[in-house]
Amino acid sequence: MNIHEYQGKQLLRDYGVAASKGIAAFSPEEAVKAAKELGTEVFVVKAQIHAGGRGKAGGVKIAKNLDEVRAYAKELLGKTLVTHQTGPEGKEVKRLLIEEGADIKKEYYISLVVDRATDRVTLMGSEEGGMDIEEVAEATPEKIFHEVIDPVSGLTGFQARRMAFNMNIPAHLVNKAAKFMTGLYQVFVEKDASIVEINPLVVTGDDQVLALDAKFNFDDNALFRHKDIVELRDFEEEDAKEIEASKYDLSYISLDGNIGCMVNGAGLAMATMDTINYYGGSPANFLDVGGGATAEKVTEAFKIILSDEHVKGIFVNIFGGIMKCDVIAEGVITAAKEVGLEVPLVVRLEGTNVERGKALLNESGLNIIAAGSMADGAQKIVEIVG
Amino acid sequence: MSIYVDKNTKVVVQGITGGTAKFHTQQMLEYGTKIVAGVTPGKGGTEVDGVPVFNTMEEAVKETGANVSVIYVPAPFAADAIMEAVDAELDMAICITEHIPVLDMVKVVRYMEGKKTRLVGPNCPGVITPEESKIGIMPGYIHTKGHVGVISRSGTLTYEAVHQLSEAGIGQTTAVGIGGDPVNGTNFIDVLKEFNEDEDTYAVVMIGEIGGTAEEEAAEWIKANMKKPVVGFIGGQTAPPGKRMGHAGAIISGGKGTADEKIKALNNAGVEVAETPSVIGETLIKVIKEKGLYEKCKTH
Repeated sequence: MNIHEYQGKQLLRDYGVAASKGIAAFSPEEAVKAAKELGTEVFVVKAQIHAGGRGKAGGVKIAKNLDEVRAYAKELLGKTLVTHQTGPEGKEVKRLLIEEGADIKKEYYISLVVDRATDRVTLMGSEEGGMDIEEVAEATPEKIFHEVIDPVSGLTGFQARRMAFNMNIPAHLVNKAAKFMTGLYQVFVEKDASIVEINPLVVTGDDQVLALDAKFNFDDNALFRHKDIVELRDFEEEDAKEIEASKYDLSYISLDGNIGCMVNGAGLAMATMDTINYYGGSPANFLDVGGGATAEKVTEAFKIILSDEHVKGIFVNIFGGIMKCDVIAEGVITAAKEVGLEVPLVVRLEGTNVERGKALLNESGLNIIAAGSMADGAQKIVEIVG
Repeated sequence: MSIYVDKNTKVVVQGITGGTAKFHTQQMLEYGTKIVAGVTPGKGGTEVDGVPVFNTMEEAVKETGANVSVIYVPAPFAADAIMEAVDAELDMAICITEHIPVLDMVKVVRYMEGKKTRLVGPNCPGVITPEESKIGIMPGYIHTKGHVGVISRSGTLTYEAVHQLSEAGIGQTTAVGIGGDPVNGTNFIDVLKEFNEDEDTYAVVMIGEIGGTAEEEAAEWIKANMKKPVVGFIGGQTAPPGKRMGHAGAIISGGKGTADEKIKALNNAGVEVAETPSVIGETLIKVIKEKGLYEKCKTH
């Protein structure tokens, strides 16, 4: 789960980590009010969307007075920003963050991630701040430093200081930077984050070390113990079909093709997409109904697929192990009857209770095309959809 | 021979009184798995399908001599269950549970350092040595005893591959699901080493997916050490970047972890990679025919 920059900065402040001061605004009036409250000479009007690259896409504006704040707020609210992370359709701006302008001396980069190679949380830092870190890694990998953190000790003082020195933070500010990093680690582990990225971290003219941006991603599997984080979820940033699917514990991801897929198991679901592509088709979604799905869950899954207007045909690919084929069949039949099935449906069933499942589908009177294998099913649906 | 588990493996089921665990305990018993104990705190002294239930792992091991555990404990408590298995000095703990918080697993992996127990999973289908011991949630009937080892990050895709092998008359020594989580216990190389040493295994099927670099590392190891042919498949060749594809570990982030890189690394190590999941079996048969191993691998 992602949160907005202004929410992330509040979280940082809660943990004593310095972040630039700002107030969220949902309208031009609120933006002006926020700026008045800040009372600084220069303001920054920042679009709040769950994607990086806002600056380059024109989502960050410097305002020198309240009139400019109002004008920029009007311009940005409702505007669709297209960045390298939003996809070509972009994201509509519905929230703003009004911040005080900072006197930036130098920009740095700092982040925490769970590193799969070491099975540990790793602190990453660089003096090349404000840039895309992947570009830095490509061009000057020697300028990125790592500290692997032992979960027993946590981020130690010496590691934080070593990182600060490696990043060439001015010597008199190294302790401030180290304190920033240890606070960042604390919020990371206590809130079960999976990524925290501060880009840029800045040193200001008045010797502050603070976060000018804050990007948080939280581990979905740990949200059960963080009600406060769950409350920060912004449903408008997410795909409506994905939200609906998450209510039923279905793993669903929207894609831009026209063949709806329903599969059990994440690996098989990915492989089904691959196979459809291999035969020249294009999947409309990734959908794993999971191992323990009930007929009701399958029905909801089917409805979600059918709610996508791009879907011109559906491929159901089930290898029943734990998932029983007759349960899938029941769910498909119920959904088709409830919402009406107007697109072709190819079904491949294999595994537990396969005969019972096939019999149910045959007796249902639905127009179903049976497939003997995954490849056969993929070929058939691609041919029909064209 | 086989790897990790066989007919002598004595299994303890952690979380045995839960619905899923009960169902699978029954399935495993029917398959012939030697289940000697169950553990659910507070339910000690009861029985599930004739299997005695204990309050602690320590007690279960002491009373029954169990040496491998299978974990069905719900995600919020699963990390603790793994550590309890490690503390009880089992040979192996197989964790089926999915959705365990990743930072819990970071702690578990740290806790396991220097200890005896091997962890398989979490978020995996388990380990099966056909006709001897089925430990996990895989459908038993698709497996047949034989000479091909199977390793996979995905459950259903393992079934798909095993099914194709069995249909084609190619049995399996052991199938190991290592799971789809980013931080886990056993990795590809651990299992490849075992198959490399196992005299009954003549060839290996390795199924990977997008995310991380485990397949690339395995490819390097294969190139340097593997004496037996390996055939691969990588799921998620058409997955969009930045999206988690069901498994917590299946994500292309920062341009890393793509299927293309993994396939290239495997090919470079002499591993033939099946173009689609439907031809994993065919690809293996083609390769073992080239190596003159087909007759030896054909079991039925």
